[in-house]
Amino acid sequence: MVGAFIMSALAVDDAFRIHMGILTLILGIGVVVAMRLPPPIEGAAHSAGYMDGPVRVGSILTMFWGVIGFTVGLVAALQLAFPELNFGPWLNFGRIRPLHTSAVIFAFGGTALITTSFYVVQRTTRARLFGGDLAWFVFWGYQLFIAMAATGYLLGITQSREYAEPEWYVDIWLTLVWVAYLVVFLGTLLKRKEPHIYVANWFYLAFIVTVALLHVVNNLAVPVSFFGSRSYSLFSGVQDALTQWWYGHNAVGFFLTAGFLGMMYYYLPKQAERPVYSYRLSIIHFWALIFLYIWAGPHHLHYTALPDWAQTLGMVFSIMLWMPSWGGMINGLMTLRGAWDKMRTDPIIRMMVIAVAFYGMSTFEGPVMSIKSVNALSHYTDWTIGHVHSGALGWVGMISFGAIYFMVPRLWGRERLYSLRMVNWHFWLATLGIVVYAAVMWVSGIMQGLMWREYDSQGFLVYSFAETVAAMHPYYVMRAVGGLLYLAGGLVMAFNIAMTIAGRVRTERPMPTPAQLQPAE
Amino acid sequence: MDYNELRHFADSWGLVYLFVIFLAVAVYIFRPGAKQQAIDAAQIPLRDTDERFDSK
Repeated sequence: MVGAFIMSALAVDDAFRIHMGILTLILGIGVVVAMRLPPPIEGAAHSAGYMDGPVRVGSILTMFWGVIGFTVGLVAALQLAFPELNFGPWLNFGRIRPLHTSAVIFAFGGTALITTSFYVVQRTTRARLFGGDLAWFVFWGYQLFIAMAATGYLLGITQSREYAEPEWYVDIWLTLVWVAYLVVFLGTLLKRKEPHIYVANWFYLAFIVTVALLHVVNNLAVPVSFFGSRSYSLFSGVQDALTQWWYGHNAVGFFLTAGFLGMMYYYLPKQAERPVYSYRLSIIHFWALIFLYIWAGPHHLHYTALPDWAQTLGMVFSIMLWMPSWGGMINGLMTLRGAWDKMRTDPIIRMMVIAVAFYGMSTFEGPVMSIKSVNALSHYTDWTIGHVHSGALGWVGMISFGAIYFMVPRLWGRERLYSLRMVNWHFWLATLGIVVYAAVMWVSGIMQGLMWREYDSQGFLVYSFAETVAAMHPYYVMRAVGGLLYLAGGLVMAFNIAMTIAGRVRTERPMPTPAQLQPAE
Repeated sequence: MDYNELRHFADSWGLVYLFVIFLAVAVYIFRPGAKQQAIDAAQIPLRDTDERFDSK
């Protein structure tokens, strides 16, 4: 804290001065809170069970960041539709957009991943988290990273690398936190009481290891001053572009896919109360995904200065990714074999199943878009935005909601959720929101791509850029409606979760019961 | 070793190396006798008895 204060005093630019001031404030509040906490309970009984403290706080914060991230997304969507809503300099689109992407990917998604990985690794190894309070350091250290990243964006501090906007000092902090995360996770695996390491942990471990590698390489940079916010990347030109998309695509592959597949392989079988369809298919799924994904990044740089062979490599590996993606989707869906009636009776299962369905759909769409001739139409258009959101809202969001709905009653020892009917409402609001969003972005994106490339018999372009922007206005408004529906679902969930934690149970008409009659117990 | 040599090494021997690992994994998990192990492993999450309460 003192260090941050000194850094603030010595800062060479204003943004860095304010940012270090914010850091001082956060750390100061942290110290006061830590001193006022009750002393830890002594005794063996306390340390014998699972360490669920970070999981409990993480479940609440996942919800919190979800609502924040969706709200900022809605603001960004409205800014595109109504440019008057840009309140500069702190709240204009250029700063709101990275705030939205980082809030949903790293704050919501990242907190969900850390939280669920702590929950899953303990229960599948039957061992308490390794390293004692190190898990708390990982947890709060990651939250500090989020706070620093988010405040930095609003101050205009950015290194302008997609999904890696935080500057060098925030990157170094995340590296420290991430190494601690790896230590906690690997340590827990090493002291496991279950001889076999369950496949969900493989996916989580791949996520942790690969993100460490991606983060370090992509952020290799030299700060202009140790008391300033600016830094310059070690790479330049096309090498820099490729490094960024190697990072960017594998952030999708290992953060948003591998990590959340770990979630699927634990929570879906748990909620369905039956083992995964084929354990051997899950292992093939794992290795195929690991070997193929890392090469797919160049498909973001079709028709650029990147060598042609590298573009083709990216395209071919993207198409091969169909196999593990669909293997994984089939494995998830077939877990419900003989229990499809749960789709009707259990809205949490329904949420997980739609997540897996969206995983299948968006990983089908992705390789199609990586084909050069399709990419020639889709690249730089809203089609890409629609694709990302069907994966992010549909797959990442829905599987995380399912996991939180599963965990919260168990973590607080509640008999059930406050309301299953509200889970059903959440399901329909979110699904409708995604469908509106994705469909609108398809239409808008393809229209945009076609307008850009339209030329007349003389060889002149038919539309100016401003005309293509004007044509997209109605779609931007509809997209904001889709986002609003999704946010409404998130708010319903937040209320439901808060009430469950408070120990309330809503009196409501029960969900339909399974067709076969159960004997009295 | 210059850029071109490195790249040719990567897209020949590197590719073979990774592909052989993948094949070895596939052969290993589909070998006779692995089926029962896989069925056992799939039960790991469901065998957890330390739940605070039964979900039923």
